[in-house]
Amino acid sequence: MLFGIEWDTSDNLTFAISILPILMRGLWVTLQAAVLGFFVAMVLGLVLAALKAVPARIVSWPTRVIAEFLRDTPLLIQLFFLYYVLPEFGLILPAFLTGALALGLQYSAYLSEVYRAGIEAVPRGQHEAARALDLTPRDTFIRIILPQAIPRIIPAMGNYLVAITKDVPILSVVTVLELLGVARIIGDRTFNYLVPLTMVGGIYLILTLLASYGVRRLDRSLPKTGIPLK
Amino acid sequence: MTDPIIKFDAVGKRFGSVTVLDGLDFEVAEGEKVTIIGPSGSGKSTILRILMTLESISDGVVYVGGEPLWHERKGGNFVPASESHLREMRRLLGMVFQSFNLFPHMTVLRNLTEAPVRVLGLSRAEARERGLELLDMVGLADQAKKFPHQLSGGQQQRVAIARALAMRPKIMLFDEPTSALDPELVGEVQAVIRQLAEEHDLTMLLVTHEMRFAREISDRVCFIDGGRIREEGAPEEFFTNPKEERTRDFLHAILADN
Ligand SMILES: Nc1ncnc2c1ncn2[C@@H]1O[C@H](COP(=O)(O)OP(=O)(O)OP(=O)(O)O)[C@@H](O)[C@H]1O
Ligand SMILES: [Mg+2]
Repeated sequence: MLFGIEWDTSDNLTFAISILPILMRGLWVTLQAAVLGFFVAMVLGLVLAALKAVPARIVSWPTRVIAEFLRDTPLLIQLFFLYYVLPEFGLILPAFLTGALALGLQYSAYLSEVYRAGIEAVPRGQHEAARALDLTPRDTFIRIILPQAIPRIIPAMGNYLVAITKDVPILSVVTVLELLGVARIIGDRTFNYLVPLTMVGGIYLILTLLASYGVRRLDRSLPKTGIPLK
Repeated sequence: MTDPIIKFDAVGKRFGSVTVLDGLDFEVAEGEKVTIIGPSGSGKSTILRILMTLESISDGVVYVGGEPLWHERKGGNFVPASESHLREMRRLLGMVFQSFNLFPHMTVLRNLTEAPVRVLGLSRAEARERGLELLDMVGLADQAKKFPHQLSGGQQQRVAIARALAMRPKIMLFDEPTSALDPELVGEVQAVIRQLAEEHDLTMLLVTHEMRFAREISDRVCFIDGGRIREEGAPEEFFTNPKEERTRDFLHAILADN
């Protein structure tokens, strides 16, 4: 029994059906962690991208180092760091929040690159035309560059949303009861790992296929020339 | 003669170790239409880009409308220009690029109204009215609601000319405005520029490889090579009787191409 739901181990199919609702609880946690982590990554990534673009090296350089560090060290280490080291400084967060934060931190480094690449892909002539028309740097960014960068940014972001969802199982090592963690507990208690783990694999497969399809659809529906301003 | 509206005073421009402009002296009078010709890499675009404040200078002083462009006067001295000085000076100039550089996510009309609304502070309605007038002038009043990619190259360049004019510049810079166009579309863009030259008191500075067009619309033609003006003169004289060896070679080569 888990989350007050009983399982029936009489045969594999019945077992599978009986644990499906339990796995769905885990899936719900997985999706929440992915979305929250991704939200953190989107905001923090934008901050990192902006700081990296600051002309003053005293700002851009440390930002680059931090982003590189977040990207090139394993997620598990960052997670352990937040989970075991932060409490020593008196900052105690629930496991779920710690996990989502760790995901968000690492993915903020990835997303900062996505933002940067999207913005840099806008041709130089657009900046020059805006400058020749005397638009302010702020107006240029908001009205000229960003609308053209967004259709390049969103599909790449979609791919990272899929990737972050696939990284959520790592949170199970700090006791977050997400999909894989739940499946393992069921296995521990019933000595049947085959069925729950196979189901987790299947659920992930369906999830990823759906998401990839969604990203492709989105990509095709985005106007290539930028968010239109009439 | 009144003071020149554009004046390059011993202007140098280097990119790293490459010297592009080398003590360039060059003046344009108000209302004058001047064409710059010269071999590839001789610094023609650089001159226009310096004026449009897209490229800074390494030495000398550039004056526009009597004011230093890349400098500010401070206690009798020239100090490097601040961004706000550059902003103010840029208002005097408009530029048409070889590759149009229209904003692809904006309708044709919005391309023409965005800067007047944001920069000049016109109301949307005023800007639209003015934008439509300009579109009418370049023969594209019926294309206002389209997006740039729905237009031909020639139409796009005509929109770009109207967009620059919408800011009411006193000086228009054209950097090879027809060289990205299919040959059959060159004429319509040249016609618009010709009309501008004939009917307006704009000062015009044009870079082109179209010698016949240069001859038709300019008051003066300047040949630049090695970072300096090597020869200049009224088009008739310049094209029929060039004095410098290099000018003759250049004209020879380019006329053989066309
Ligand atoms: N941003 C830059 N960095 C380095 N070199 C540059 C840069 N811009 C221009 N140059 C160099 O400066 C020289 C002059 O360039 P410019 O574009 O003014 O020539 P141009 O006369 O317009 O030539 P073209 O007829 O090919 O357009 C060229 O050798 C070019 O390679
Ligand atoms: Mg050029």
